Amino acid sequence: MFDLIVSKYNYWIYITLMMIGFYAMVGKKNLIKKVIGMNIFQTAIILFFVSTASKKGGTLPIIMHGHGAHAVNAASYINPLPHVLMLTAIVVMVSTLGVALAILIAIYRKYHTLEEDDILKFNK
Amino acid sequence: MMLQAPVLIVVIPLMFAFIAFILGLWKKGLCYPIVLIALSLSFLATLQTLNIVITSGTIHYRLGNWSPPWGIEYVIDYLNAFVLPVISFVALMVAIYSKKSIKKELPDKIVYFYCIFLLQVTGFLGIVVTGDMFNLYVFLEIASLSGYALITVGEDGAPFASFNYLIFGTIGACFYLLGVGYLYAATGSLNMADLAKLLPNLYGSKVILVGFSFFMVGLALKMALFPLHVWLPDAYTHAPSSVSALLAPLMTKVGAYVLIRVIYTVFKPYFSIEMLPATTILSWTAAAAIIFGAAMALAQTDLKRMLTYILVSEVGYLALGIGLGNRNGLTGAILHILNDAFMMLALFMVVGAIIYRYGGRRISQLRYLHKKMPFTIAVFVVAALSVIGIPPTCGFFSKWYLILGAINAHGWVFVAVLLVSSLLNAILFFRVIENVYLEPHDVDIVENHDMVVSVEEAPLTMLVPILITGAGLLSLGVLSGKIISTIIQFAIPAGF
Repeated sequence: MFDLIVSKYNYWIYITLMMIGFYAMVGKKNLIKKVIGMNIFQTAIILFFVSTASKKGGTLPIIMHGHGAHAVNAASYINPLPHVLMLTAIVVMVSTLGVALAILIAIYRKYHTLEEDDILKFNK
Repeated sequence: MMLQAPVLIVVIPLMFAFIAFILGLWKKGLCYPIVLIALSLSFLATLQTLNIVITSGTIHYRLGNWSPPWGIEYVIDYLNAFVLPVISFVALMVAIYSKKSIKKELPDKIVYFYCIFLLQVTGFLGIVVTGDMFNLYVFLEIASLSGYALITVGEDGAPFASFNYLIFGTIGACFYLLGVGYLYAATGSLNMADLAKLLPNLYGSKVILVGFSFFMVGLALKMALFPLHVWLPDAYTHAPSSVSALLAPLMTKVGAYVLIRVIYTVFKPYFSIEMLPATTILSWTAAAAIIFGAAMALAQTDLKRMLTYILVSEVGYLALGIGLGNRNGLTGAILHILNDAFMMLALFMVVGAIIYRYGGRRISQLRYLHKKMPFTIAVFVVAALSVIGIPPTCGFFSKWYLILGAINAHGWVFVAVLLVSSLLNAILFFRVIENVYLEPHDVDIVENHDMVVSVEEAPLTMLVPILITGAGLLSLGVLSGKIISTIIQFAIPAGF
C-alpha cells in the first residue's frame, strides 16, 4: 500500500488537490471561497494531464537538426500533446475565472455580501 | 464553397459575432440584421450539409488538412447532420424573436448581447459538428461560458442563479475533461473514430471504466439530468426571455446528443449495455427525473418556473430513450431531440411574449389573456398538447417510440412512468389552460380583467417566430414518419 502511494505520488497529489477543490466548491458558503475551490479543482486536472505525459529520464520532444535519418524513439521523449491540451484548458479556466469574478461583482453590487446564507435570506 | 459547408457552420456565427460587435459599437441598429444574416447563412449551411449527408453519406472534414487522428476532424454523419439544422433553426427563430424583448429588458446591452448570443450558437454548433473529444470540450466551454454571461443579465435573482450554474457547469466540464484524460492515457488518441477502434481491446481496464464514469457524470451535469438538475430551474427562470428561449431548447438537447455519441459511438453499445450497468442506471435515473420534474412542476405557481421543471422531466425522456438501449428507444430519443427543441422553443417564447406584453407570469393572473393574445395562447395550447403527447402534434410520435422501446426492453415500470407522466403533464397544462380560458369563479380574480384590458397581441417580430414554431409542431408530427425513414433510421449507431 505504501509503495503504491510513493510510486504514484503525483496521482495521489492530484486526487487530494481535486478533492480539496471539490469540497470548497460544494461545501463552502462564501462565494469567493467557491471560486478559489474551482481554481484548485481545475489546477489539479492540469497536474493530472501533465503527469500522464512525463517519463522517467525523458527529454524535450524536439528533434535537433531535424529531418535526419535517425528514427524518433518515443520512449525517450516526454509526450508534448497533454501539455498543449493543457495550454488550451488553461485558457478556458482563466476565462471561467473571469466570468465567475464578473458575476460575483454583479452579485455584490446587488446584495452587498458574498455569503450564500445572507443572499438566500435576501431572496426570500 | 459547398465542400466547405461543414466548417462554415461554425465559422459563420463565430466571425459574425465579432463583426456584430464592431459594427454594433459604431451603430447599434446594425446588430440585429447582422445576427439574422449570420444565422440564416448558418441555417443554410446546415441544410446543405444535411443534404450532402443524405445523398452521399458521412462527411469527413479535415481542419487544415491534417489527417486524423493527429489533426482535428469534423465528422458529420446522419446523427449530427440531423441535430445541426435543429440548432441553427431554433437560434434563428430566437434571434428574430429577441428584437423587442431585448430592447425592453436590456436596452443598454444590445450589442454585447448579440455578440455573446452568436458565440453561444457557435458553441452549440461546434459541439455537434466535431469529431474530436478535446475539441468538444472546448466548444462545450464556449457554449457554457456564454450561457453564464447571458443568464447573468436577467432579472433580480439572475446573477446568483448564474453563479450556481457556473459552479455546477464547471464541475461537469472538468469531469468531462478528466474522462478525456483517462481515455487519452489509455489509448493515446483523442479522435472519436480512432478511439472507437482502439477501445474494445481495453474494455477490461479500470482506467477506461473510470473515464467512462467521469463522462457520464459530467454530461449528466451539463444536460441537467435528475438529481444533478439543481442549477437549471433557477437559472432558466431568471434569465432574460430570449435567453431562456435559446438555452432551454438547446443546452439539454446538445447534452443528450453528446451522451449518445459517447455511449454508443465512442464506446461500443455492447460495452455500455452489457459490460456495465450504465444504461440501466441511466434509465432508472431518467424515470426518476420524469416523475420528479412533473411533480415539482405541479407545485409551481410561476408559469416560467413550471416550464423549467417540465424541461427537467423532458431531459428524463431523452435519457430514458438513450438508456433503454434498443432501436425503438433510441429512435424515440433522437426524434425527441427535434420535437422537444420545438416544444420548449414554443413554450418559452410564448411565456416571454406574455411577460413582454402583460408583465405578470403567475398562472392565476393569466385569465382572459386569450381574448387579447389569441395567436400566442393558441400556440401555447398546441405546444401543451404536444408535451402531453396528443396526435397529430409531434410530441406524440417521440413518446410513442419511447413507449415501444420500453416495451421491447420489457421495462414495464418505464411504460408506466411514461403514461403517468403524460397524465401529470395533462393536469399541469390543463390547469394553465383552464386559468386562461374559463370564466372566473373567484371575485378577486375579476379585477384581473381590468389589468388585461390594456394588453395587446405580441409584436410582429415575436409573433412570427411563435407562429412558425407552432406550425412546425403540427407539421413535424405529420412528417415524423418521413423524418424517421429518411434520416433517423440511419442515425442510430451501428450495433443495433
